[in-house]
Amino acid sequence: MRRFVFGTREKEGAGKQIVVYGLLICIGFVYLYPILYMISISFMNRDDLLDSSINWLPGTLYLQNYIDAASSMNFWTSLLKGIVIAGIPTLLNILVCMLVGYGFATFAFKGRAVMIGLLLFSYILPSQVTMIPTYGLYSKMGIVGTLWTFILPALFGNGLNAPIFILIFYQFFRQVPRVLLEAAKIDGAGHFKTFARVAVPSAGPAILTVGLFSFVWYWNESYLTEMYVQGLSSKSVWVNLVVQLKNFETSFESMQATGDVAVSLSESVKMAATALSILPLMLMYFVLQKQFVESIDRAGITGE
Amino acid sequence: MRKEKKVKDPRAKLGKLEKREARAGYLFVAPWLIGVGLFLLYPLCQSFYYMWFNIRITPLKTLYTYVGTGNFTQIWLENPEFPQQIVTYLWQTIVEVPIIVVFALMIAIMLNGQIRCRGLFRLIFFLPVIIVSGPVMNMLVAEGAASIPAMNTESIVAAFDTFLSHRLAEAIGEIFSDMIMILWYSGVQILIFLSALQKIDSAMYEAASMDGASGWESFWKITLPTIKPYILLNAVYSVIFLSSNEQNTLITMIQDAMFSGTKEKGYGYAAAMAWMYAVIVTLIVLLFFLLLGSKKDVYDRQIKRRKRALKKEARLVKKIERRGRRNARKIEQARQKRKYKTYSGESDY
Repeated sequence: MRRFVFGTREKEGAGKQIVVYGLLICIGFVYLYPILYMISISFMNRDDLLDSSINWLPGTLYLQNYIDAASSMNFWTSLLKGIVIAGIPTLLNILVCMLVGYGFATFAFKGRAVMIGLLLFSYILPSQVTMIPTYGLYSKMGIVGTLWTFILPALFGNGLNAPIFILIFYQFFRQVPRVLLEAAKIDGAGHFKTFARVAVPSAGPAILTVGLFSFVWYWNESYLTEMYVQGLSSKSVWVNLVVQLKNFETSFESMQATGDVAVSLSESVKMAATALSILPLMLMYFVLQKQFVESIDRAGITGE
Repeated sequence: MRKEKKVKDPRAKLGKLEKREARAGYLFVAPWLIGVGLFLLYPLCQSFYYMWFNIRITPLKTLYTYVGTGNFTQIWLENPEFPQQIVTYLWQTIVEVPIIVVFALMIAIMLNGQIRCRGLFRLIFFLPVIIVSGPVMNMLVAEGAASIPAMNTESIVAAFDTFLSHRLAEAIGEIFSDMIMILWYSGVQILIFLSALQKIDSAMYEAASMDGASGWESFWKITLPTIKPYILLNAVYSVIFLSSNEQNTLITMIQDAMFSGTKEKGYGYAAAMAWMYAVIVTLIVLLFFLLLGSKKDVYDRQIKRRKRALKKEARLVKKIERRGRRNARKIEQARQKRKYKTYSGESDY
């Protein structure tokens, strides 16, 4: 009996297994609880919300919440713009961080240690310190409210969370055998040709990691998007779903005033809007989940 | 290769090849260097300059009035919300970060074992990373999706209140009510721990279990020392994440101060706030560095202690020897004074 519960040295006992699975399932449920709650609430109509006998399963599949939330958020245009806002800086992030990471990893030059220290420092420093003058700079250049406010820093390796990405590439390229690069050099390739023909094709996993994380982080960044790209003005053309969600209440109320929506603002509508704003990333995650979860292992995010 | 060459032929000047390599290195990192100058160092200096001024932006030009430490005194004395929020933030971060890290480690260890449906569990635990963003979290918290209704926070607070200070008890209560949020913030940390655990050589565990170590012992003696650097990494990551997250009211306050049109607030005021905030964040990071950053592990410490003990012993032995010699000398002197005659065994008795 004891052996059965606690297990022997060779085989884990049933009791231990039950504890592990029980914990995992409990914690897994806690993880999923907000999402399940959100989905459940978002399908309820007004009567279901008030009916205390209905807890989880709505009486009918009520889609009006989604329709109204989508029309209030301008779902399709916001979605496309969100993809552009997150996509272009991500591409630049990949390219520039790869260059810089390769430079740090393969070449020895004076001041490299200092620069890497500076890189770590720039990660630890809260962006609020530099935000105020940067905003001043952008508004002097007249690019507040345009996409350039995201493109420009990304172009110079200072995009969102760029230090992490540079470190990922740095770590990755240090593991690439030097022999490979030297062979290319002996065959007559210059530094850039070596980089483009040997280093980049071997960096697949790192590119994937950086691309996915950069996209997700840009997508979810509402603070800077609202301030720089949208420029905190309602007239701006640039807006993404997350920012729309942030200002959902006011925009929905103004829609209601003009009579464009059928339902009144309730928690169901809010939950429907939340669901809509995370839906694209969820879809992406379920398609690419294997790459997401395994990419970190391979790209060596955990190096020193 | 280059190192060998240098040993053979130590030159003060770099060779042609090294020079060219160094130039290529600079070329590769040049974009980042420009970026650091433009988007980090220059704004940093400028905001340091701003914080001593009251800045008013008029349509024609920007007015700078030197106020010295005026911004700081104003923030601390006249704006009760900011100091309050800073204290709350400090407590929250210091309490939450260890919870996040310990929790992530626990899950990572469970996932690292031999379990079925590992892919599914990883999928679930990593999901929050994808969807965590300020507005989404705010929405979920506001609608009560973020706390489990069965959890009664007030009784927990009351229980802790009996033997802890009220502030601490409240912080703990807050943690219980935001438990889901805290769990949601540990997605990346779980992954980092997981890949660190997978890199540990399984031969070590086998050797330990052959020497009779239990699972518990090998966790403390093998797993923990090996992943210690990752604990630090995760702690720092958590601090940074919590500090730049939009759930954090401080960063919204800074933004509000920046764009508020009132006379005393504005860029200078916001810069002073941001600097204080940055100092606090850096202090927290430093705290975790001090707690977790020591490179030595248990074995190093044991070896050091053993060495120290050996040294002490050697010193004692020397001391005894010295004393022995001194005593011998004294006896000798006394003997000579009193002209003892002892038989030396040379002549006849």
